[in-house]
Amino acid sequence: MEWFTLTIDGREVCVPKGTTVLEACRMNDIPIPTLCHDPELTSAGACRLCIVQIEGMRNLPPSCVTQVTQGMVVQTQNPKVREARKTILELLVANHPLDCMTCQKMGDCSLAQYAYDYGVTGERYQGEARDLPIDSANPFIIKDPNKCIACGKCIRACDEIQGRSVLDFSFRGFDVQVGPAFNLPYNESDCVFCGSCVSVCPVGALTEKKMQGKGRRWEMEKVTTTCPYCGTGCSLDLNVKNGKVVGITSTDGDVNGSALCVKGRFGYGFIHHPDRLKTPLIRKDGKLVEASWTEAINLVAEKLSAVKENFGSDAIGVLSSARCTNEENYLMNKLTRAVFGTNNIDHCARL
Amino acid sequence: MTNTIQEVAGADFILAIGTNTTEAHPIIGLQVKKAVRNGATLAVVDPRKTEMADLAHHYLRIKSGSDIALLNAMANVIIAEEIWNKEFVATRTEEFEALKEMVAKYTPEHVESITGIPADTIKTVARGYALAPNATILYTMGITQHICGTHNVMAIANLSMLCGQIGKEFSGVNPLRGQNNVQGACDMGALPNVFTGYQPVTVEENRTKFATEWGVQDLPAKPGLTLGELFDAAGTGQLKCMYVMGENPILSDPDALHVIHALEKLDFLVVQDIFLTETAEIADVVLPAVSFAEKNGTFSNTERRVQRVRKAVEPEGDAKDDWEIIGLVATAMGYPMHYQSAEEIMEEIARVTPSYAGISYARLEQGSLQWPCPTAEHPGTQYLHSGKFSRGLGKFHPVEYVSPDEMPNDEYPLVLSTGRRLYHYHTGTMTQRTGALEVAYPQEYLEINCLDAENSGVCDGEIVKVTSRRGSVEVAVRVSDRVTPGLVFTSFHYPEVAINQLTNPARDPISKIPEFKVCAVKITKVMVSLNTKKVS
Repeated sequence: MEWFTLTIDGREVCVPKGTTVLEACRMNDIPIPTLCHDPELTSAGACRLCIVQIEGMRNLPPSCVTQVTQGMVVQTQNPKVREARKTILELLVANHPLDCMTCQKMGDCSLAQYAYDYGVTGERYQGEARDLPIDSANPFIIKDPNKCIACGKCIRACDEIQGRSVLDFSFRGFDVQVGPAFNLPYNESDCVFCGSCVSVCPVGALTEKKMQGKGRRWEMEKVTTTCPYCGTGCSLDLNVKNGKVVGITSTDGDVNGSALCVKGRFGYGFIHHPDRLKTPLIRKDGKLVEASWTEAINLVAEKLSAVKENFGSDAIGVLSSARCTNEENYLMNKLTRAVFGTNNIDHCARL
Repeated sequence: MTNTIQEVAGADFILAIGTNTTEAHPIIGLQVKKAVRNGATLAVVDPRKTEMADLAHHYLRIKSGSDIALLNAMANVIIAEEIWNKEFVATRTEEFEALKEMVAKYTPEHVESITGIPADTIKTVARGYALAPNATILYTMGITQHICGTHNVMAIANLSMLCGQIGKEFSGVNPLRGQNNVQGACDMGALPNVFTGYQPVTVEENRTKFATEWGVQDLPAKPGLTLGELFDAAGTGQLKCMYVMGENPILSDPDALHVIHALEKLDFLVVQDIFLTETAEIADVVLPAVSFAEKNGTFSNTERRVQRVRKAVEPEGDAKDDWEIIGLVATAMGYPMHYQSAEEIMEEIARVTPSYAGISYARLEQGSLQWPCPTAEHPGTQYLHSGKFSRGLGKFHPVEYVSPDEMPNDEYPLVLSTGRRLYHYHTGTMTQRTGALEVAYPQEYLEINCLDAENSGVCDGEIVKVTSRRGSVEVAVRVSDRVTPGLVFTSFHYPEVAINQLTNPARDPISKIPEFKVCAVKITKVMVSLNTKKVS
């Protein structure tokens, strides 16, 4: 592999040929603001926020689409670069609703973060406020087109990660919007609600409907675990607040990267559903009634022991579970064979 | 899977047979799409015109249950045209002559009449598979849920060995498993004939090893009953009690009325679950367990990848971890079983399971591991059968086509096939209670071709009674060209449409898998429309 040496902010760094200036910076912990960039997606060079100054170049090139060359000299934070970025942010904020205090994205919004970093208040340019209808007709995703910054990440995620190409730009210039064809609501399109678009949106334009008002990012503990649905084994992050799972977000899984399907991302409501069984039940006079663990376990042990005693071990059958963990299935196999004394154990692998 | 999920994207040719990948395994579907985008050829074999069929270069609309005829015809073409992998067959396999002899009569022209697939298409797909640098086969229950399911899989294996499309990166035989830990449940010995890691109970050495680890005198040597056989035994009174953990056979098993009858006949039924399922409702004792979010442990996915499940929240109410409940039952029956954590159980699994011997929670914190992983230093196994098959040489098992157990006739003129929907999962216990999925997909329907709809006098959205020899359900119809004339399809996700009251319990004699994909039904229009939930 060929390696190039370049200088970034006076620091000499070495990166492989083909690396972009943005990647070179990030590999070396040099922060560069981006809105339209995502390592899983092709680079669009759309938001221009990642611009840097490179010796010998006339303008300020976007680092996400500029490849390093041998001996390149890059400046990422000089006044010219910072002023240009500030202007870009001021233009973005000019028509962006500043209702941050009630925005679901607060604390997780890249635009707000960069506005803070660059001292952008929204006062310099006063754009025409947009008053487009919010799409919340489906149970999964809320689209607020007024907050869209047209970075195009959702479009690329839908196309490149999910291969569905449901989203695209419509209209032009100031009127540009992102959405399904003919700007239809999500639920009238071919969208399958995988939520990849939500997971990459840098602002509050696309948010999870069920997470509205359920907590701020800094209040959430993220626990990485494995999806309980099909056999693919996607990794996901349970978002936990006050002991409750209030949402699921993407992580970087060995199998799935950031991609999830509608069940994995939005199918968590059963966890705290009121129908959950909370106490053992025993049938008395034909009805299932609440019982203590001691009573229930003793009854199970007594009945199973009696069957084993009177009819032999093979009069007991066990269905283990493809939904339970390895550890639990292992113990069920041990319980069946070592304690009940039978090989009558199976599960729904055949169904 | 012999390969990993991400290897699918690297294949040059994908034969997807009996798999509705984009709905049942959406994230694996992404890899298929990626492969197609990279220039791979996709051939899809399915009686239903699924989204996969829409993506395919070759869509083979096969008559339900005629897969062996097709696979044998592909082998026939590949042998006749001398495009089989002679080196692979010579060095890695045995009994090739037997295969050659068997498939000789399966000419594409003859098979066209069995499968409904044009002979030229069979030839094109056979050539594409054989000549691709890397070709992979994906399949799911469309292959296995037939009375000849095992033979279907053998026919797939024959094809892969014939072309040397196995035992290397991007090429292999890849069953996509339907449930989060169905692979793990099999790996962990939740099967009637094997301990963990597929160590047979019939081998004395294995019984001795486990008896020693578990501190018991001896262990039963006779293989137990499979799921369907358990219900048969309950029905005849031979089985007296059942302990069901996290399953809902009343909705998931074929001929469900028979299952209900069998369960009611038991002296004692214990159900351990997170909801009061249809099965739990008829139990004598119900034990409340915890969901995946409340427990620590591991799941093994379809590509043999062992991954951590991490506890995020405390159990609801007095619910307990399944492993803890099992320990309480064992202890109460005079076998003290006290584990402190799921990790401690994994240590025991690793001790007795060669393929999991190198797996530990400490290693899993660094990343997932694919078995076989025999030692603590072993990196895990990306793809299987490299250089050598488990038995040494790969043996061709020539298999004959047989027609499904229950074919349509004048009284029951339609074939009913069942499967899954994107928005739901298995018997719907979880997905009907999310506040989102069931809102998006509130009601089940029966897919029916317009010709059959017309013959039955029903329009889109109207209610029909679907009847088989075993039971009937009422369901709304959706007129669709996704199904051919003579075929109807629905899912088993809805208690209101308990379709498994109709399905045929006839089983594959080897795997004991029921033939969910084919049963004969008739439909009649129901005049009064059902009081259905509003579609949003």
